[in-house]
Amino acid sequence: MNAARTEILRRIDAAISRSAPVEIPRTYRGPSGEGRGSAAVVDLMQDRLVDYKAVVHRVEPAQVRAVIAAALADAGVERAVVPAGFPTEWLPSGPAWVQDDPALTAAELDDLDGVLTTCRIAVAETGTIVLDAGQGQGRRALSLVPDYHLVVVLADQIVASVPDAVAELDPTRPLTWISGPSATSDIELQRVEGVHGPRRLVVLLVTG
Amino acid sequence: MRVALFITCLVDAMFPQVGKATVGLLERLGYDVDVPLQQTCCGQMHTNTGYPDQALPLVRQFADVFAGYDAVVAPSGSCVGSVRHQHAGLASRAGDAGLRRQVDAVAARTYELSEFLIDVHGTADVGAYYPHRVTYHPTCHSLRLLQVGDRPHRLLRAVRGLELVDLPGAETCCGFGGTFALKNADVSAAMLADKVEAVISTGAGVCSAGDSSCLMHIGGGLSRGDLPVRTVHLAEILAST
Amino acid sequence: MTTDLGMPAFAPRGVGHLRGDQSFPEAAREALGNKQLRSNLGRATATIRTKRAAVVAEVPDWADLRTAGAAIKDAVLADLGAQLLRLEKQVTAHGGHVHWARDANEANRIVTDLVRATGQTDVVKVKSMATQEIGLNEALAEAGIAAWETDLAELIVQLADDRPSHILVPAIHRNRTEIRDIFLREMGRAGVPAPAGLTDEPRELAEAARLHLRAKFLSAQVAISGANFAVAETGTLAVVESEGNGRMCLTLPKTLITVMGIEKLLPTWRDLEVFLQLLPRSSTGERMNPYTSMWTGVTPGDGPQEFHLVLLDNGRTATLADPDGRAALRCIRCSACLNVCPVYERTGGHAYGSVYPGPIGAVLSPQLTGVKDNPSLPFASSLCGACYDVCPVAIDIPTMLVHLRAEAVASKGMKAERAAMGGVSSLMRHPRLYGAALRMGRLGRILGRRRGVIRRLPWPMSAWTRARDLPLPPTETFRDWWVRTHGSP
Repeated sequence: MNAARTEILRRIDAAISRSAPVEIPRTYRGPSGEGRGSAAVVDLMQDRLVDYKAVVHRVEPAQVRAVIAAALADAGVERAVVPAGFPTEWLPSGPAWVQDDPALTAAELDDLDGVLTTCRIAVAETGTIVLDAGQGQGRRALSLVPDYHLVVVLADQIVASVPDAVAELDPTRPLTWISGPSATSDIELQRVEGVHGPRRLVVLLVTG
Repeated sequence: MRVALFITCLVDAMFPQVGKATVGLLERLGYDVDVPLQQTCCGQMHTNTGYPDQALPLVRQFADVFAGYDAVVAPSGSCVGSVRHQHAGLASRAGDAGLRRQVDAVAARTYELSEFLIDVHGTADVGAYYPHRVTYHPTCHSLRLLQVGDRPHRLLRAVRGLELVDLPGAETCCGFGGTFALKNADVSAAMLADKVEAVISTGAGVCSAGDSSCLMHIGGGLSRGDLPVRTVHLAEILAST
Repeated sequence: MTTDLGMPAFAPRGVGHLRGDQSFPEAAREALGNKQLRSNLGRATATIRTKRAAVVAEVPDWADLRTAGAAIKDAVLADLGAQLLRLEKQVTAHGGHVHWARDANEANRIVTDLVRATGQTDVVKVKSMATQEIGLNEALAEAGIAAWETDLAELIVQLADDRPSHILVPAIHRNRTEIRDIFLREMGRAGVPAPAGLTDEPRELAEAARLHLRAKFLSAQVAISGANFAVAETGTLAVVESEGNGRMCLTLPKTLITVMGIEKLLPTWRDLEVFLQLLPRSSTGERMNPYTSMWTGVTPGDGPQEFHLVLLDNGRTATLADPDGRAALRCIRCSACLNVCPVYERTGGHAYGSVYPGPIGAVLSPQLTGVKDNPSLPFASSLCGACYDVCPVAIDIPTMLVHLRAEAVASKGMKAERAAMGGVSSLMRHPRLYGAALRMGRLGRILGRRRGVIRRLPWPMSAWTRARDLPLPPTETFRDWWVRTHGSP
């Protein structure tokens, strides 16, 4: 194996022995932080999410609990996993809340109706929500196996652009970028929502 | 201004009327046109078929023949594309720095007809009259190598009596591609069939383009199908009064 | 066996899927005869072209992103050895294991041994061009290991015992009805059968795939993936996908094995800000694909606890060695060039004989294998340039094709053609003889005197007249007219 490593590195040296270093022109729009959490950015986020067939609720902080209750009732979600750190004041009474402690097996997750999470950051231009397995988000399997995913996004977590998000994320954490519900374009290149990931994505955009 | 006509080998041999029209048009616009008879070919066919060594002498010849002119004009986007985008690479490949300087200088003064009329002559209205329904195929090398954009359309829209109709899928290749039409004749023919269908769908009586090669291809398909559309080079339309 | 010469080497013969058993023109002729294929491809590529154009147009700095994307990839290639060592160091520091594979055989052996060590006989797979390239599934099957493709299109291809025909959508050559028939016929043999009464509604077909694969995901112990990007600076790997099958494979099993070409690197974390904009818009025509997973080594308590990264050469260093061809290694496998290519749209991917079809395949496959093994591919293009226009990393595919054509000619002999090309070239160096030769064209008028056009010509021009007429040569060439009307010879 080390022989392979040595040889590949030698081949590379032989191939590019006289290559000059390359300058990278970064004239594109880089991270600016502009517009973060603004009404325009939240509007754009909402527009993009709806375009991906996510269900979006724009709510005031005081309404979060009631809107979650209504959304879950509407979807028939009776048992959902709630990651550690998800604000308990947002949890309505009614559904059974399951903790991931001890860690649930894949089969146990598959038996649940849904999952509730917060997020790390969101990107308005692309309608993307990023989870980094931090507080309120849980390990990656939690937001994957159940068929219904409700995410609470705070307005000031929404940045305008992809560069804004990349600049803020920690690459050593496991990251999941989510843009709408699971989808495929594999049949005649027409987009169909709903394959292996959660087929229903519900997003609460909390403003004010 | 000393203007030379780069006639291109295909026009010389097969479509002299396109050369005559180009000369007539430029003379009408007040240019003293010269046709240096030492010219032959830009070498594109050799280059694109995998024979750069055989193309090199033609590149050298082109640079020599057209060295002394203020502008070199050709009724072909593809041949001008070769001059501007291939000659430098061929000179460098041969390790000939002198030739490289020479071809760079000539290439910078070589124009496809619509470029010359719009950018150098500076007008879209060349005083032409052509009472026909025309659709225009913007050939790939004019479109993508030279980026002539809407120059041909601006010229055509200024022609009195001419009705310009959009060609569906205009920017799709007709399938000519030089020796591609022979080496991959079946794929080329399939592309041609779709182009012919698009031309017919316009109801135009004339299909025009800035390259005789593509027109020969499209025209060959139209003729084989006994279809009532003529292929006419842009220069011929602009020369008509 | 691989010999250690330290010289860049081509991908070996007899393994993997980089060479066809027919020349492109022969394979294309068969494909062109398939009307269903033409219609499936025409519809699908038209759909994706429109979507791509719309989402690219809404990015005001697209040209700047494209320039940066090309430069970032060039920067990696110009410093590839050091970048790979950085990646290795970071992956190892975060609990992963890095393996180096000179070619397909070595990579297949490494992966087979890793799977064997887990004691498992089934693995789930995320769609990966690298593992298709090296024929990993076949190698695993020989070792008694079943590899289950989980991407919908790959599943369709695998169930039908078919070959992929597109980089992004390997089953693009199949329409919905064909897919339903494959599911009804084959799913039961591979596990959970398709629901009886399955229709050809894409939504129902996707649901059938979900049901079929669910049990496999939940019980999988080993997953094999490719990678879209690997960040040398941080050791982070990224997989870009849509369906969630990628997340399933990257998250649920205990062991993850990722096979990645050595050119997939990005130097810094920041570079993802460019490629996460370029790739989704160019490939599926979406502002962002539904799911992107990024991981760095192993995260305790979250996801696979054993992670292996296999770095694959298989002809990439040989490609790197050619200054006029190495830009092909910028490719991020978006497939935008396939979707705009008028040749690909009419022949489909199988005609290219390699897992890399279309314009990028026509320059990449011959470079990975050596042009000698794929001599017809550089000619599989009309050089229309549509591919270069849409390439998000600005690979000048037409110029590269022309470069490779010269290599193909040099590798093949081509006696008759070389003689003809040499003859014409030397004629063209002598304007007086040339003028006389053009004048001879007049003789061709005899061939079409009845109809006014030429309908049949002997070989090799018969290829032209099979589908097109040729106008009659003029009675007077342009230069003769000029001399007659404007002056001295």
